[in-house]
Amino acid sequence: MTAILKTRDVHLSYAKQETLHGVNLDFDDHSITALIGPSGCGKSTFLRCLNRMNDLIPKTTVTGSFQFHGKDIYAPTTNLVELRKQIGMVFQQPNPFPFSVYENVTYGLKLAGHTNRHYLDEQVERALKQAAVWDETKDALNKNAMSFSGGQQQRICIARLLAVQPDIILLDEPTSALDPISSAQIETTLLALKKTYCIIIVTHNLQQASRIADRTAFMLNGNLIEDDLTSKMFTKPANQATSDYLNGKFG
Amino acid sequence: MTPNQTDRIATQVINVLVLIVVLILMFLLGDIILNGFPHISWHFLTSPSSPFSAGGGIRDQLFNSLYLLILTLIISFPLALGSAIYLAEYAGNNWRTGLIRTAIEVLSSLPSVVVGLFGYLLFVIQFHLGFSILSGAIALTFFNLPLLVRSIEGSLHAVPDTQREAGMALGLSSWRTIRSIILPAALPGILTGIILSAGRVFGEAAALIYTAGQSAPILNYADWNPTDGSSFLNPMRPAETLAVHIWKVNTEGVTPDAISISAGASAVLIIVILLFNFGARAIGAHMYKKMTGGK
Repeated sequence: MTAILKTRDVHLSYAKQETLHGVNLDFDDHSITALIGPSGCGKSTFLRCLNRMNDLIPKTTVTGSFQFHGKDIYAPTTNLVELRKQIGMVFQQPNPFPFSVYENVTYGLKLAGHTNRHYLDEQVERALKQAAVWDETKDALNKNAMSFSGGQQQRICIARLLAVQPDIILLDEPTSALDPISSAQIETTLLALKKTYCIIIVTHNLQQASRIADRTAFMLNGNLIEDDLTSKMFTKPANQATSDYLNGKFG
Repeated sequence: MTPNQTDRIATQVINVLVLIVVLILMFLLGDIILNGFPHISWHFLTSPSSPFSAGGGIRDQLFNSLYLLILTLIISFPLALGSAIYLAEYAGNNWRTGLIRTAIEVLSSLPSVVVGLFGYLLFVIQFHLGFSILSGAIALTFFNLPLLVRSIEGSLHAVPDTQREAGMALGLSSWRTIRSIILPAALPGILTGIILSAGRVFGEAAALIYTAGQSAPILNYADWNPTDGSSFLNPMRPAETLAVHIWKVNTEGVTPDAISISAGASAVLIIVILLFNFGARAIGAHMYKKMTGGK
């Protein structure tokens, strides 16, 4: 396994209060890494550092190194459009644009200057198939994406991101707003996607982490406590805090 | 008294208060429309007014009101849209934003007759615009701006932040996100705001007396050249609007049928404003459905 993204000594402060105290994590290609930990432990904050979504929040400073393709994500020369095309993000609440499914999925491609109708059609089909939502949308590509169920909307959002062929997919509790059946479908989708992509998922659901993640990282109070193979962490955690958390003693 | 009784009495009092509000509105609308409706005829709507003899219509005044409204919107909408986008999307929570908000609040509470006189001194006299639709439209922009800014800002705020995040996560710049995601999503609300503010503009009189003037020169509806003096599209001509006409026939009018003219014109004015209101609701609801419900 090769690490596609390496982070070292990541600190983040918001309004002079430090919320991440030096996190070091590597993420492998073609695998799923789960970030777990109690609410407020900084796992979502850390995830959002990875494609610089925290840039939008005023008074936030991020330090540390984020090596991606041999370059630092936070280098002043980084092109944010390009970066977010390579490192896409799926959010807790499905957030399709209030346009048709077709418009949603082609949005990033059109932004990148693709106009060939034939190419766009192909990419829409590929992305929707990869996101396992093609069967439900193929006859309704012109329908407003908002009119689909929550689970379908979330997979349309995944397709919207896959269309631009990212390297890394960040997911911030993508199933916590969904019912169990939709959640299971998303998990199946992610397992299929990891063959092609590096997937990093923040989840509250420990079972979910154990079902789909190759590696799991446990965070607590802004510190990375432990990261290891999921199978190992869930059976023989190295740290007592991890063990307590996994056994439901807190969090 | 038991809490139950207090609750019942409070509910009754609130119901009575609401009833009073509704009754006042019903009485006003009913009185104006019932009294005015018999005076409305095709002839009344399509013939020019006559200053001295009976039987004049309100054709030019009605057209002037609509034309003035369109000009006002052309001036005020871009200004309002820009300010609202700034306030909703860019402005930080600081003294500068506070100052802008206060300015808008004050603007909306200016007495219209004062704005009219100000417009008269500045635009009509100082800028040599004369009594003209343009002067009127600029004066009305003052009233229209706060209403529009607030309603547009409100509809921008109503677009969930998840949409902004979605845009950012696709690598869109702030401006691009606003332009191609937030604005389309807010469109139904913005449209409703425009139409509601149009109702206010349509009914304004005091500010127009000194700016758009009180005379309605004969208009040539076949002349499409806006630079011709008699063209109906000329923005530099004086233009008495419907609301000003009502005021005038009642104060200085010498027409023998002033009462029936003002009754009819009032009814027309109210009906048009009601149409705006219902239209705003219908269009807003329709667009919202189209945006969220799919085809």
